[in-house]
Amino acid sequence: MEHLDELLINMVLLTLMAIVVVGIIVMKNLFSAVILSAIYSFLLASVLIVLDAVDVAMTEAAVGAGISTVLMLATLHITKDKEATFTHSIAIPLFVIVVTAGALIFATFDAPEFGSAAGPQHNHVAPYYLSQSINDTTVPNVVTAVLSSYRGFDTFGEVAVIFTAGIGIMLLLKGRPSNREDEQKDLDPQDNIEVKASKRDGEQQV
Amino acid sequence: MKLDLLLRVATKFILPFMFVFALYVQFHGDFGPGGGFQAGVIAAAMIIFYAIIFGLEAAKGVAPEWVVEKMMPLGVLIYASTGAISFFYGKNFLDYSVFDLHDPAHGQHIGILLIEFGVLVTVCGTMIAIFYAFVGRGSS
Repeated sequence: MEHLDELLINMVLLTLMAIVVVGIIVMKNLFSAVILSAIYSFLLASVLIVLDAVDVAMTEAAVGAGISTVLMLATLHITKDKEATFTHSIAIPLFVIVVTAGALIFATFDAPEFGSAAGPQHNHVAPYYLSQSINDTTVPNVVTAVLSSYRGFDTFGEVAVIFTAGIGIMLLLKGRPSNREDEQKDLDPQDNIEVKASKRDGEQQV
Repeated sequence: MKLDLLLRVATKFILPFMFVFALYVQFHGDFGPGGGFQAGVIAAAMIIFYAIIFGLEAAKGVAPEWVVEKMMPLGVLIYASTGAISFFYGKNFLDYSVFDLHDPAHGQHIGILLIEFGVLVTVCGTMIAIFYAFVGRGSS
């Protein structure tokens, strides 16, 4: 039982994460929900540090808690910060959630025991990487060796995915440059706001 | 947008350390935790932090929009061309052993450094460009 302290820390962190998730569901104010999701990401980063996955923890803290929180706040700045009232029947969403959660929980029965060295993920190529990566690549960090050298092609795909995501968002949010120039010529910022406001009013009346 | 003095001074103190930490994570990734992706998001977070405190225009002075948008494909290009160099030596795509013909393992090390740099450029550029796109939408 030498890892009892680690287990205790994990229990506390995971319990806090569950509480934060309940808070996000209950919260009607979207601003609070965004801040809670940032707290969730920090807790997850802490869990990953306890699990010795420092690379992933760093990414989770920077992307999950930092950048995505800022992006969601920027979105809230454009839209409203109150949750819309739900008018449809909850039967179908509830059914989908229960079935999905049931399938996922059922799948965990087949998973190897937590932290068990006999799990298939530790007995396939991992032993080779751990013993040979220093000879093959002279890189002491096995994670870097696997990511960049053994699995270089996969990482190339990941970089391409990030690039594609960026291009997609550019296309969606920035639109055609010619249109934007016209808009800016026709309207100075003050007018623009008024036009937007009157449009919004019109929608509400309809 | 100018917030109170304390925030601005504290930000100026923290920013250089964030930048050095990003570089540390990038170039020390072979020995400790981290690598191109982590360094890229930390560097992007630095620019976003600067934009939050000092305003979008100030941040665009540090990382101009056109530079950031060119960085997105440039990183993928660095990665792909690093991999393609091995073609000239009759090896497979992304076989870094060609970077040091006498010591293939050391060649791997050089190759990893190069592609990590490609990852850094794309990730950093994409994150900042997405941030600019979101925030620019709100102010127009």
